[in-house]
Order: sequence, then C-alpha cells, then structure tokens
Amino acid sequence: MSVLARIVRSQIGASAIAALLALAIVALVVAAGGYDIARAASALWNGSVGSSYSFFSGTLVRATPLIIVGLAVAVAFQAGVLNIGAEGQLLAGAAATVAAGLALSAWPGWLSIPIELAAGMLAGAAWASVAAVLKRSFGVLEVISTLMLNFVALYMVSYLVRGPLEEPTHTYPETLRLAESARLPVIIPGQRLHLGFTLAVLLAIVAWWFMRSTVAGFRIRAVGAGPAAAASAGRVSVDRVVFRTFLASGALAGLGGAVQVTGVTYKLCELISPGYGYTAIAVALLARLNPLAVIVAGIFFGALEAGGAGMQRDAGVPSGFVYVIEALVILGVLAVDRVRTYAGARSAAVPGESAA
Amino acid sequence: MTDPAFALALHDIIKRFGSTVALDGARLDVRPGTLHALLGENGAGKTTLMRLAFGMLRADAGAIEVDGAQRRWGSSADAIAAGIGMVHQHFLLVPAMTVAENVSLGDRGIFRGFDPRNAADRVRQIGTETGLVLDPEARARDLTVGAQQRLEIVKALARDAKILILDEPTAVLSPAESQELYAWLRTFVARGRTVVLITHKVREALATADDLTVLRHGRTVLTGMSNQLDESAVIAAMLGTSVAVAGGDAASPLPAAAPSTSVMSLEQVSVMDRRGVARVRNVSLEVRAGEIVGIAGVEGAGQHELLRVLAGRLSADSGKVRTPSRIGFVPEDRLRDALIPAMTLTENLALKDAGLARGTLDWEAYNARALLTIREHDVRTSGSDALAGALSGGNQQKFVLGRELEGSPDALVVENPTRGLDIRAAAHVLSELKSARASGVAIVMYSSDLDEVLSIADRMIVCFGGNATETAVDADAVGRALVGLT
Amino acid sequence: MSGSAVTAFLESGVRFATPLAYAALGELVVERAGVINIGLEGAIICGAFGALIAAGTGSAVLGFAGAALVGMMISAIFAFFVVTLRTDQIITGTAMSMLGLGLTGTLYRTMYGTGGASLHIATIAPVPVPGLSAIPVLGPSLFDQPVVTYALYAIAPALAWWFYRTTGGLALRAVGEHPEAARAAGISPSRVQWAALLFGGAMGGISGGTLVLAQVGTFAEGMSAGRGFIAIAIVVLGRWTPFGVAGAAFVFGAASALQTLAQTMGWAMPYQLPLAFPYVLTLVLLASTRARTAAPAALGQRAG
Repeated sequence: MSVLARIVRSQIGASAIAALLALAIVALVVAAGGYDIARAASALWNGSVGSSYSFFSGTLVRATPLIIVGLAVAVAFQAGVLNIGAEGQLLAGAAATVAAGLALSAWPGWLSIPIELAAGMLAGAAWASVAAVLKRSFGVLEVISTLMLNFVALYMVSYLVRGPLEEPTHTYPETLRLAESARLPVIIPGQRLHLGFTLAVLLAIVAWWFMRSTVAGFRIRAVGAGPAAAASAGRVSVDRVVFRTFLASGALAGLGGAVQVTGVTYKLCELISPGYGYTAIAVALLARLNPLAVIVAGIFFGALEAGGAGMQRDAGVPSGFVYVIEALVILGVLAVDRVRTYAGARSAAVPGESAA
Repeated sequence: MTDPAFALALHDIIKRFGSTVALDGARLDVRPGTLHALLGENGAGKTTLMRLAFGMLRADAGAIEVDGAQRRWGSSADAIAAGIGMVHQHFLLVPAMTVAENVSLGDRGIFRGFDPRNAADRVRQIGTETGLVLDPEARARDLTVGAQQRLEIVKALARDAKILILDEPTAVLSPAESQELYAWLRTFVARGRTVVLITHKVREALATADDLTVLRHGRTVLTGMSNQLDESAVIAAMLGTSVAVAGGDAASPLPAAAPSTSVMSLEQVSVMDRRGVARVRNVSLEVRAGEIVGIAGVEGAGQHELLRVLAGRLSADSGKVRTPSRIGFVPEDRLRDALIPAMTLTENLALKDAGLARGTLDWEAYNARALLTIREHDVRTSGSDALAGALSGGNQQKFVLGRELEGSPDALVVENPTRGLDIRAAAHVLSELKSARASGVAIVMYSSDLDEVLSIADRMIVCFGGNATETAVDADAVGRALVGLT
Repeated sequence: MSGSAVTAFLESGVRFATPLAYAALGELVVERAGVINIGLEGAIICGAFGALIAAGTGSAVLGFAGAALVGMMISAIFAFFVVTLRTDQIITGTAMSMLGLGLTGTLYRTMYGTGGASLHIATIAPVPVPGLSAIPVLGPSLFDQPVVTYALYAIAPALAWWFYRTTGGLALRAVGEHPEAARAAGISPSRVQWAALLFGGAMGGISGGTLVLAQVGTFAEGMSAGRGFIAIAIVVLGRWTPFGVAGAAFVFGAASALQTLAQTMGWAMPYQLPLAFPYVLTLVLLASTRARTAAPAALGQRAG
C-alpha cells in the first residue's frame, strides 16, 4: 500500500489532513479578504506558540475548557447522543459555581473549591437532564432540545447577572469577583495557567481508561455503534445507558464552565463563553472521539483561538474568523471520513457510522 | 448480433462490487411468451443479473437486448419505458402511501397534475382486466403480504410491462398463495407476455416453468427446456457437484436423546404491539432439553414476537413465561441485531456479557475466547481483531452461533439461521444445531423455508394470526395450519 | 385587554411569524424529501447578510433576490456533503450553522467596521389591502403587512396543492418515505433531495432577508437568533403539512409577540422572560404532541 494511502487510512492521518485542509482554505479566504497573509500567519503564530507567555497563558488556558467540554461531547457522541447543548450546560455550571463560590467565600479553599466544582457538575447534569428526559419519555430529538436550552441558558445568565447576582454597585452586568480562596491556584508562577489544566488532562486520561477498560465504557460504545445489537445480543438497556451518558456529558460540560469561572474569570458575566460549547464539537470530532486525542485537539483549537486574538490585534483579521475555521475542520473531518469509508478503512469518528 | 427470437437477452455480463466479482460472463436468453426460471443458490448472482436487466445496476461489461435491439439503461425508468417490470423480493412499496399512489409513482413531470380519482380508476381497471384486485384507497402498510405482492405486480402492469421479472416471489407466501400466483403467471404468459422467475426452489421451477437457466458463481452453467431436464441434473448444476443436498430428508428424524426436562415454558402468554394490537395471543407451549421445536408462520403471524419472548428479549404483556437464565439467541438480521459491524470479533464476543457484567474487562481473556470460537466453529477470518462487518455472511453466522453456544446455554432460539448463506455454510449451521441438540440444549428454530425446518425439527408449532398450534411434522399438516386450516 | 392591544398583539404576531414561516415551509419541503437541515440557521443568517449587500442597490426586490441566492449557495454546500457525500446530516448541519454565523460575522466586521448598528437601510413598508384591512382586529393584523407576508398567503396553499396534486409532489414524498422504492420507480432520490435543499435554502435566505429588509433595517451578528432551529420544531408541530406548518409558525410568532404585549400592558417581569419564552414553548410543545409518528419514514437516513 502506498504511503499516501496508508496515511489516509490511519485515523491520525485523517485528522491531520482535515486540519490542513481547513487551514489551507482559511489562508485562501484571508488572502482574498485583502489581508497580508504573512502578517496574519506570523500574528497567528506569535499569539499561540511564539512565546512562553502566549503558549502557557494563551493557548493552554484556552485549551482547558475546550478539553473538558470536548470530553463531554466525545463521551456523548460515543453513545450516539448528539449533545449540541454543551454551551448551555457549561453556562448552567458556571452560574451554579459562582453562586456557590460567593456563598462560601469565607471557607478555606480546599473545601470551597471542590464544592464549587461539584456544584458546576450538578448544574450541568441537571441542565442536560431536561433534554435527556424529553428524549427518553417523549422522543424529542436531542439536537433541537439542547439547542433550545442553549438559548434559555443565555437568557438565564443575562437575568442573573443583571438581577439577583449582580455586583452591588450595579455598574456592570456581572457578579462580584470570587474571593482569593475560592479560586483555582496558578500552577506556573508568572503565568495564568491554573490547576484546571491539570484537572483537564487527568480527566482525559481517566476517561480514556474508562472507555476502553470498563464494562460501562464498553456499553456506551456498543450502544453508540450498534444499539439494536447491544439490546438484543448484549441485553443492554439502551435507554438507561443513553440517559446516564447524557447526564454525564452535561456534568462534564458544567465542569468546564466551573473551571472557567474559578480559574480564569473569577466572576459570571454575559460573555463568559465565546462559544466553547460549539468549538468543543469540533474538538471532539477532530479527536475522533478518543479522550486522549481530545487533549491534543483541545490544545490545537486553544492555539487557534489564542492566535486568532493575535491575528485581530496585529493583522486586523476579525477574531470571529475562528468559528469559520472550526466549521471547516468539522466539514473536513466528515468529508475525509466518507472518502476513507469508500477506501475501506477502520471505524470513523462520527457516531453511528461503520466502516463496512 | 441481433436475434429477434428472444424477448430478453443478456450476454457476457460482468459485474464487480469492489473486489468481488458477482457476475462473470453470465448469459440469459428468454423466449417470448414463456415462463423462464432463473435458478441458483444464494450468492450465485440471480438478483444481481435481473437488477441489471431492470436498470437498477449497470454492468461493467456485456450487452442487454430487448426484442433483438441492444439497449442501455440510465436508470430503471428506461427499462420500465421499454416494457420491463420487476417485482422485488423485499417489496419496494411506500408503506405510508395508498395503493393508487404507489401505482402512480414514477409518472414523469414536476408539475403534472395527479388526480387520485383517476389513479384509483386505473387500479380498478387493471383489477378487472387481470384478476389482481386491490382497494385503491388502502395504505400499502395495511395490506397482507400476498396483497402487497399483488400491488408490486399491478405497479409493473400499470406501466404496460411485457416482460415481468419476479425475485423469489414465493419466499413469503403460504403454499396456497404460491399456487394462486403460479396459476396467474401461467395465464399472463398465455396472453403472449414473458415472465422471468428468480428462485432457488428446483421442484417449483421444474413444475411451472417452460425454460430453465442455472447460475453458479456468476456464470451460466446450464440452460434448457424444463421438460427435458431432470431434478438431479439441475441440482448438480446449482451446486457444482453430483452429491445430493445435505440437510436431511423430509421425514422427521428421531432425536438423539429422549427429551426429558422442560427447559422453557409459556402459559397463556400474550404480547401487544405499540398500537395495542395483539401479536401473540394466549400461547402456551413447552420446550424440553435435547429437542428441536420448529416454528413456521407467514410474515406477521406472530413468530417474530414469540421468538423474542422465548429468548428473553421481549417481555410478555400477560401470562407466565419461564425461561432459563442462559439462553442463546441468533436473530434473523445479524448485521443489525447480533453483531456490531464496526467492532472487532473480540469486541463482538464481549458484547454478549455487556448487559450484565460489571467492573473492568479482561480483553486478553476475551481475545483468547474469540480465537477459540473462531477455531471451533470454522470461521474464516484474518483474526480476532477483524471487523465483524468484513466477514462474509456465512462466517458471520458461524461466529454468532459459536458465540451463543459458548458458555453452554440451556436453550437456544434461532430465527432463519441459514438466511443468505450458501449451501455449505447452511449445512454447517444445521449440523451445529443437531450437535447442540445432542448435548441436551433445548432449541427453538424458526425458518421461512419449510423444507429446512421440517428436515430437522422434532416437533412443529405453527403461528397463525397470533395463535400457535402444534401440528404433525409433515408438509401437508403444516401447510394447512399456515393458512389457518387446522 | 383592549381591542387595540389585541390587534397590536396579533399584528406583531404575524410580523414575527413571517420569517419563521418562510424558513419552516422551506424546511418542510426538505424534510419531506427525507433530509433534516440543521444548517438552516446558516441559510437564514447568510440570507440576511446577502440582503444587506444586495439592498445597497436600492431595490428591495434585488435585496430579496440576493437573500434567496445566498441562502441557496450555502444550502448547496450542505447538499454536496449530505446528498452527494452522504455525511451525517446532524453534524454537517451543525457545522453549516457555525460556518454561516462565523462567515457573516467576519465579513460584516471586515466590510463595515466594528460598529454594530451603524448601517441602516430603509425597510419596506406595510401595504394595507384595500377593504380587507378595515375588518376589525383581523384586518390590520393580517392585511396591513409588507408584501413579503402576503406572498406567504399564496405560498402555503400552492405548496399544499403541489404536494398532493402533482406527480412531482408524489415523487418528493416517496423519496422521504422510502427512497429505494422511489428509485425502483425510476425516480432519482439524489436529484430530488438536491432540488429540495436548494428550495429550502432559498426560503431560508428569504427568511433572513425579511429580518433585514422588512423588520430591523440592518444586520447584526447572530441576528437569526436560533430561528433556524425553531423552524425545525415548527415543522414537527405542523405535522409535516403546509397548512399545519403555517399555523405552527403563527403560534411561535405569537409567542415572540408576547414581548411587545408585555410592554404595552406594562407587565412587570425581567425582559429576558418573554425573550426566552419561544424557546421554552418549543420544548413544551415538542414534548406534548406525539407528532413524531407523522414524520416521513426515511427522514434523516442516508438513502443509498
């Protein structure tokens, strides 16, 4: 088999091709928009990996929520649950975390921080449970219900930061800042990189081990890849697995929001998430739903976002452009997957697809 | 070379699907005004060849001639326009649409008017002309299987089909319905039309067809007039050997060990479907160790639900069900219900434990078990890490059966276990069932092929309209019970 | 509640319903062909942007044409992936929505600077229908609207006629129910789905065009605000029939109109509540109707 064919067939190769395609298209569009490609590219580079500050405090800090929420999406997709609502679950988690943190500001950090994070996970799971119940008991497509809930969550946060949780001077639509004790500690002095990153990496490793070595993880994969066979041959309760995975996914997304609040913003405001819940979909797909690869994909997108901010600063390219890149990456992965299916390659990243 | 002596001629057809060669120089010459049977075992290429003739597939090489003129099809629309109609083995009807709408499907034009009343009149007219009567307002999904087949034929006739191709039409019909169909086909042919009948039932073909063609491995190996051919020659051509078909004779053999303890029992069990219709009505039966209970029933008679209740995959709405904890189940649709094609054989083996196990998985142990299963059940594959979807149908089925028999279950429920398998793989499956019986497993087997189930069953139970009655193990008794005459 | 408050409520209900109805009727055709287009949101926002650019010519007609064209273009990309390449419809659709939102946001900033509402165009005025608009309550609500709303009164019945009384509509419905059966009858499911998606894209584009040209008068990033997804819910609630979808669109329009009603009536509530109401209503209605059984049988399948 030729080298090219072998690259296309391998999973890593496929993701790399998709990412490269996306960047190529982006370069074309940037040039067409009249921007200086060289300047944009160097701004992208400097903003993401050009210096230790941009890498640790830019890329890795942005990668942290992307990894955690990317895990949330990956786990859900593995079970065939199309959880497009990670954004809303993340917001719910952020809101609960801030509420808990503000209430526990007098407590020592080793006590308040775990409670804050747990509150975020519970809130995320609860937010997801609405869609999960609608799916299980009423057959409502989770794609629509989770999207609707995203909008509701946005309005809820808006209400909270302008109402009950608004900071006492009523100058800005945001909450008070968390006490020092309620914040995640920084792990590299002089940088903004916080404990959440370590947590994210550990979670990814645990999730990877869980999916491949436990029966529960195998059940999730079986339900996603072959629900009828799982029910008939494996006597698995598909409904129960789907429901629990949905909630777990929500909990992880909520944790992503909690980590953002306790590690970066230290408060709740309307713009707390620049669409992390949607970027996480691109992260999960690029990682082909593999938890370990989510770390790499999360860092890749973190780099893109950090670099994107740099691009806007130094070369004038609007930072919203990153959304375009992410969408192109998803489309690239999908297209490359179909080509590989024709070439008879192994399992694809997309839930429900098979190689045969 | 044009030869107007043939209504339909296919010469030197080659068709590949990826690396598999489905047709390798096949030939078919159909004389006008005849009923021509196309025979071959599963996988010989019969359906592929006729789908080519109907324009649903395109050949890689070879020629198609209709009434002596060479033709090329862009799609089945062209074949239909040339007077060819096809009745498929798995009906291609739109379930939610009415008979009239199904018949009108394929009328050309984006904005051309469609009047349901005209369409209904057309259906009634065809009914009076040909005797194939249908209610134009009925929805296709509410029709009986026999009526659905009539609808498929009416669809073809509505487009003035002069050459009618039928793919295994009697596979889903009761013996009485099959008789009706053949009688109608003979009158159709008597009016100067042509019929090509795809079948693997040699006796039916010899009894009703004028001409015969046999395909094996994508090639034409025998052709001639049916009154000049005998059964053993035809079977030999289909199999490529002169050995008689394996699988036992029609009389029921004595069980290897006298049946003893009752392993499974149902008492007054009923099962409702989602719409509240009873699919299984007050069925009571008992299955003992070391016996094979055969189930027969036309589609929709309730055996689908009955088998799943016995296998513990479906709960009854009323009545008492007693089944052992270790039951193997080999469902009909193995790619959907038994295997996950995207997973490896090792993972598919572990699937069996997925519902009940806890904790971590010992993949090494599962791998070893998978290799053992592969070896013991003659599964041809590159290894236990092969994807289940990459195996051939026969090997998939052997693996599934091996997996279900692993761990010595007390009972085994199998549904159409030889569906889509070639003769050798089918014989292997049947002999595995017999060995399982000999070692004391209680087996329930459903097959839509009556000959097959009669050849192996110790007792017969026939499903009809949700009820289940026990009959003698012979074709007449079963045939009558299938249509409700007991 | 006074008659004028009711009238104002109904009038704004119809106004809010117009873009929803366009998007939903387009999606209806698409789903009847068996495809679920989650990327409809992308078509709407791209259509809005296209309308903004085309309206620079000064002609509202060209504005709507530009909207339809751009909507069709982005749906063509979706069709390429989903019909020709047979990728997963849901994930592709999500990517298309992200692409549409990202592209329009970026292009708007690039072309018009960072000011949000700096560009204004004149919106098309309501045209009262002589006679009919004088009917109390219903008159001003239904017959004192922009022309683009009146077009809907013709489109919905036209679609109904086309679905059930033409061979083309029969073919479309067959593809959505059982594509293999359609193929065996000589119909090409791919071609039908491509055509349906282009139509749906045009309708989605017009929906976005309506927002810009008949309501807001400018473009804002993300102004589609989830209407594409609500449109999908409307199709479910309308049980996949043209009149049902039109009716369901009006229900959602009314739900959005609650914000104006709350203002006129002076109800004291956080402003986010009536804004969130349409989305919550979607969830409640989707749960309460057993509408799933009315769906085209092959919806969402990767037909051969």
